[in-house]
Amino acid sequence: MKAAVIVFPGSNREGDVARALELVSGSRPTLVWHADTALPAGTDLVVLPGGFSYGDYLRCGAIAARATIMEAVRAHAARGGLVLGICNGFQILCESGLLPGVLVRNARLRFICREARLRVERIDTPYTRKYAKGSIVRFPVAHGEGNYTADAETLKRLEGEGRVVFRYVTTSGQRDDEQVLNGAANSIAGIVSEKLNVLGLMPHPENHVDPLIGPTDGRALFESLAGVLERA
Amino acid sequence: MKARVLVTLKSAVLDPQGKAIEGALRSLGVHGIGSVRQGKVFDIELDVADTSKAESVLKDACEKLLANTVIESYRVEFLG
Repeated sequence: MKAAVIVFPGSNREGDVARALELVSGSRPTLVWHADTALPAGTDLVVLPGGFSYGDYLRCGAIAARATIMEAVRAHAARGGLVLGICNGFQILCESGLLPGVLVRNARLRFICREARLRVERIDTPYTRKYAKGSIVRFPVAHGEGNYTADAETLKRLEGEGRVVFRYVTTSGQRDDEQVLNGAANSIAGIVSEKLNVLGLMPHPENHVDPLIGPTDGRALFESLAGVLERA
Repeated sequence: MKARVLVTLKSAVLDPQGKAIEGALRSLGVHGIGSVRQGKVFDIELDVADTSKAESVLKDACEKLLANTVIESYRVEFLG
């Protein structure tokens, strides 16, 4: 695995995700500054980490999505390269047009910082092959703008193509669109691109990888990536 | 030349912030308010002299950055 973690002014989860990747793959990701024009040669995974890039000015992720490095990230995605966006990274992916829709203010206006339960809807993606289909996992969430919104046509297309990979569920494991923690349409927590190579999700799998601090449900996501990229 | 760009949420998009402001006004006893929707205002000084050029520059600015046209629409006003 040769991962590049992009660092924007205001990113703050780059260390967590780099640590999770190193834990499962043994290789340390390169941190790449947003003003750079190219990814390190041979990069096979790009990660847009969580945080508050540019202080969430204008709209979350809006300014980071127009950073110089994003041209190279876009080209990498167009070649079928893997791009993972977590939390602010998901917002950046939506703002850059690499994923459809947008993440708006949580329905009840509060910043939500707690553990969420998610159902893994699909396991034939490079990000989820180490999970069991339909399994319920626990990932922490920490966001003020995680309310996934898209027009009816886009939602229909996402559902029709099976591109919702993670969905919020209640503690009993049921989907409840009325009670979903942040108001997200169809309880959407994470979606993939058409070619399954770009994943954006609001919750933080990178924070649940070490038994020292709690559950390790996030580990399988990084192990899935390591497995795919080792064979490549 | 000076212009003002107004960016507002499309009418189909829920605006929880506007709703909260609406509720706060009601609780302050400000009567006669039907509903509130929050938007953004950008006051922009342009380096171009003719209006049609300015319009195209501002459209470019809105489409590329100022508005997310998935959920927002924009309007340009020229200030005297």
